[in-house]
Amino acid sequence: MKKAIALVSLTAAIAASSQAGAVQITLACGTVGQELQLCKDGAARWAKKTGNTVKVFESPNLTNDRLGLYQQQLAAKSDAIDVYQLDIIWPGLLSQHFVDLKSKIPAAEVNAHFKGIIAADTVDGKLVAMPWFTDAGLLYYRTDLMKKYGYNAAPKTWAELATMAKKIQDGEKKTSSTFTGFVFQGKNYEGLTCDALEWLVSFGGGTVVDDSGKITVNNANAAKAMDTAASWVKSISPAGVTTYGEEEARGIFQSGNAAFMRNWPYAWALGQSDDSKVKGKIGVAPLPSGGNGAAATLGGWNLGVSMYSKNQAAAIDLVRYLTGADEQKVRAIEGAYNPTRPALYKDQAILKANPFFGSLLDVFTSAVARPSGPTKLKYNQVSQAFAGAVSDVMAGKSKGAAAVKKLETDLARIKGRGW
Amino acid sequence: MTTNAPTQPPTAPPMGRKKKVRGIEGARAWQAFWLLLPTLIAIALVAGFPLYRTIFFSAQEANLTTPDQATFIGFQNFWFTTAEGIGLGFMQDPQWWTAVRNTLIFTVFSVALETVFGMIIALVVNSAFAGRSFLRTAMLVPWAIPTVVSAQMWAYMYNDSFGLIGQGVLGGQALLADSGTAIWAMIAVDVWKTTSFMALLILAGLQSLPGDMYEAADMDGASKWTQFWRMTLPLLRPALLVALVFRSLDALRVFDIMYVMLGANVAASTSMTGYARQQLIDNQLLGTGSAVSVAIFIIIMAIVVIYVTAFRVKFD
Repeated sequence: MKKAIALVSLTAAIAASSQAGAVQITLACGTVGQELQLCKDGAARWAKKTGNTVKVFESPNLTNDRLGLYQQQLAAKSDAIDVYQLDIIWPGLLSQHFVDLKSKIPAAEVNAHFKGIIAADTVDGKLVAMPWFTDAGLLYYRTDLMKKYGYNAAPKTWAELATMAKKIQDGEKKTSSTFTGFVFQGKNYEGLTCDALEWLVSFGGGTVVDDSGKITVNNANAAKAMDTAASWVKSISPAGVTTYGEEEARGIFQSGNAAFMRNWPYAWALGQSDDSKVKGKIGVAPLPSGGNGAAATLGGWNLGVSMYSKNQAAAIDLVRYLTGADEQKVRAIEGAYNPTRPALYKDQAILKANPFFGSLLDVFTSAVARPSGPTKLKYNQVSQAFAGAVSDVMAGKSKGAAAVKKLETDLARIKGRGW
Repeated sequence: MTTNAPTQPPTAPPMGRKKKVRGIEGARAWQAFWLLLPTLIAIALVAGFPLYRTIFFSAQEANLTTPDQATFIGFQNFWFTTAEGIGLGFMQDPQWWTAVRNTLIFTVFSVALETVFGMIIALVVNSAFAGRSFLRTAMLVPWAIPTVVSAQMWAYMYNDSFGLIGQGVLGGQALLADSGTAIWAMIAVDVWKTTSFMALLILAGLQSLPGDMYEAADMDGASKWTQFWRMTLPLLRPALLVALVFRSLDALRVFDIMYVMLGANVAASTSMTGYARQQLIDNQLLGTGSAVSVAIFIIIMAIVVIYVTAFRVKFD
């Protein structure tokens, strides 16, 4: 009996002390590739350091699904999630629900990140989120197959890519019936907006909506870019490419069934892992040009603290820890997640793990932003209309010229009385 | 209704305290009312209030993240043309009409196929043979799997590079990539999933048919075929119609198959609910999304009314 009482009071004491000192923070992490594991590891390191606990909330894989879920939480002013992982296109959309970090984090720490990303995270002077990792579209290729078919450099133009992919595909198909030349994100969703924006910009077709909010997509170069992409389907890309997201494309490339792949930097570390069939055979290059230079879409994720969090101080500390140099370095080495701090691109350990980081620094720093800034709250509709138009062209339902004309009308309808 | 009960004595005193005067039926009516009251309140809370909110927001310009800042705009969510000639109402959006058309195709074909297959299965498991009870249970398995799970499972099977159907049977054809074939792929999934439910409803109807009637028909020399067309089908009609109404309503409200297998953007032009979700969630247009929901509600109501009046369905 005495024992029982002692046990009860001891448990109560522990419960009370843990409630007074440490808090539990809920962190919403993405789940693409290694993301979740790295997120959990980082959170665990912070928890160990501070004595708090972190509960990791697993978000849906596709960014559109994630946004819907977050908005419901935020509109309900729910305190269930303290720290949100925010896509680079969301700050304008969600700014009112997040703590202004400008006054909470020293300026020197904020300024250590890429200026462009900080600008994208700032809405009406309010710093909505801190950059966690950045992203830009890259071209992955099989170095072994390039050599086998007599190529010694990555394709510089889309036409070159098509020729090379065709030759390799025709050769490899003899031994492997499911082999394909080029995989990318062709599914009708936000990922296609990213890929298609790269095609448009590289052909000199503009960014759909320009910085002043003018709809610019109805032009010959944009139409040509779409037609070029459509010509890949069923020739150098499988018919099913119009149903592939990031992970489907990576699955095919990583199992050795594709010569080229367009994807984000995260695919590098996974492709070099032990269970990868293409380990040691992957090359990375800037995406090809359509005549107007190479273009990569700016992606990346940021961490913001919910206004409805009950433990804001601890949540901000977690954000500072995760976006700090040490944590970004770990993520860069283990997962090839691009740091948002320029200083880290000179770090030897990072360059050893990701040899292409140094040479592709330009790609990361000059990546093209999606028109989420000028279109504000209506960005999602714009992106859907754009992805839908590209998808129609790729499915053969429409030609580039007709598609950009219709898209212009659709965008005008979405714009309505203004963005 | 029952307040003017005929048992009321003709010498009823003029208005005033009258409770007792209503007689036993009046008292019962009141008792029934009080007993029903909790249920009525529950219905008002769980069904009435959300419906009211949806109708309310359908006439507002409102954003999902700031529903408290809604402004009244009447029917502009449905139909509105700006001075520049730009149509802003969702009914001016071609994508909505594509979604309506696809949903109707989906409903007509999936329900028709489910009814035919369901009928065949029900007739088979209704006849006596060994292992019948096992079959009756086993056939419900596809229906018991949550739709999101079965939809994802089918999406993998349809995959053109590793799918059992896409790669194995069709040799790398991507069914889901082309909207022309995707709708049939969706119908196949729905038929696979829901036929057993249809069979169960029809089986329940079959079980209520009197067995001696068939014995008599056998004696009279009617063929099995005649028995089916002249006896089973007419007698099964009420059960069949209720099943048809249920399935049609479900099919018109289909959401998860499209959403899981095609993704949010394509689902929005394949099912009406997908379109509503896209407006409401992805685009944060609480007003437009609610207006679309109201439109779906009206379409489904209209179809039910047509069903019930045209076929004189009785639900009791």
